[in-house]
Amino acid sequence: MCTVCGCGEGQIKIEGKATHDHRDHDHDHHHGHSHEYHHHDHEHPHNHGHDHIHSTVRIQDYGQGPAGAHTPGLSQARMVQIEQDILGKNDEYAAANRRFFNDRGILALNLVSSPGSGKTTLLVETIKALKDTLEISVIEGDQQTANDAERIRETEVPAIQVNTGKGCHLDGHMVGHALDTLNPPAGSLLFIENVGNLVCPAAFDLGEAHKVAILSVTEGEDKPVKYPDMFHAADVMVLSKVDLLPHLNFDVERCVDYALRVNPGIKMLQLSATTGEGMDAWLGWIKTTRQLALTGHPPAAAE
Amino acid sequence: MHEMAICESIVQVLEKEAQTQNFQQVKTVWLEIGPLAGVELEALRFSFDAVTRGTLADQAKLEIVETEGTAWCLTCAKSVAVQQRYDPCPECGSYQLQVTGGEEMRIKELEVN
Repeated sequence: MCTVCGCGEGQIKIEGKATHDHRDHDHDHHHGHSHEYHHHDHEHPHNHGHDHIHSTVRIQDYGQGPAGAHTPGLSQARMVQIEQDILGKNDEYAAANRRFFNDRGILALNLVSSPGSGKTTLLVETIKALKDTLEISVIEGDQQTANDAERIRETEVPAIQVNTGKGCHLDGHMVGHALDTLNPPAGSLLFIENVGNLVCPAAFDLGEAHKVAILSVTEGEDKPVKYPDMFHAADVMVLSKVDLLPHLNFDVERCVDYALRVNPGIKMLQLSATTGEGMDAWLGWIKTTRQLALTGHPPAAAE
Repeated sequence: MHEMAICESIVQVLEKEAQTQNFQQVKTVWLEIGPLAGVELEALRFSFDAVTRGTLADQAKLEIVETEGTAWCLTCAKSVAVQQRYDPCPECGSYQLQVTGGEEMRIKELEVN
């Protein structure tokens, strides 16, 4: 079984290739450690050289710890204290991806939503609007099929499909592999379309600059409070399919209010990829954010 | 089922620690899980038993230490207790809360052989 994502052996496919040799593969990026994106509740100065995944490993004396007394001679049991984040491994891969993006001035956006929110349609329209001025590539995550990657390729930008098999989310490791194949150019824009799921992708950092949560008005307006982790993790919420609002009982104001409850800092956009309404604001946000990603990359910025 | 993936990650950490700290078997695992970590504890226990089967943590006991959710209320300018992400401030009712604790998902300690 895959020890990174928990899916069965050989279940993950990056467009046909089974990629399950985790221990032997090479990434051409470093699996280093970047501190700023780790979610630790404790603060400590990061000026000491230390191992990755914050492990303060020490062996304790017998008898310490919650298990209480251990009788010497009767049991060889000992207590080992390891303070490790359970998803530390994923965070390491995500940090490596993030470094890859930072080194090349690439803006990576992680698009998350439930299935059927119109992620791929929004993506296709976004690509059409931007591809003449920006280099764009796409990583598509789905449990099965390469349908979405094919839809993206019809717009003539490179796309790679990652099939998670039984897995319910993309993780940092899968994205690292996809980057090896996709090799997005410096100063480009990378969209990662996550598996349609409002639960698990919230917990798995991929190294993106921002998570963008897409919620269509054909869904319930209370989704932000039903799936609070996702809307908390996202920096931007896109309310999609707003052209359908006249036919629905969707209360936009209420939805916005719910989203602000779980994430007071979330930015809100309303658009319809079909009619083009609100697309300018979305494209404007992408361009501005991409400009920030270019900071410190003068050759690409001069384009 | 990302509790399953979490248990896979736990086993991965255990296997790595087993090499560096030289133990063969894990008898008990202590986890620290916050109410805002997005982890369903019952599902985690179920997955833990399933995932650890045949590994060095086969039959291991899982002890979960639940931590408290805390947030900084911008209106009250102080730390308050929260149970869920959409909880309002228990004192002033504002939703202007910055979560400060309760997102932990950490392996604290092991009993090993």
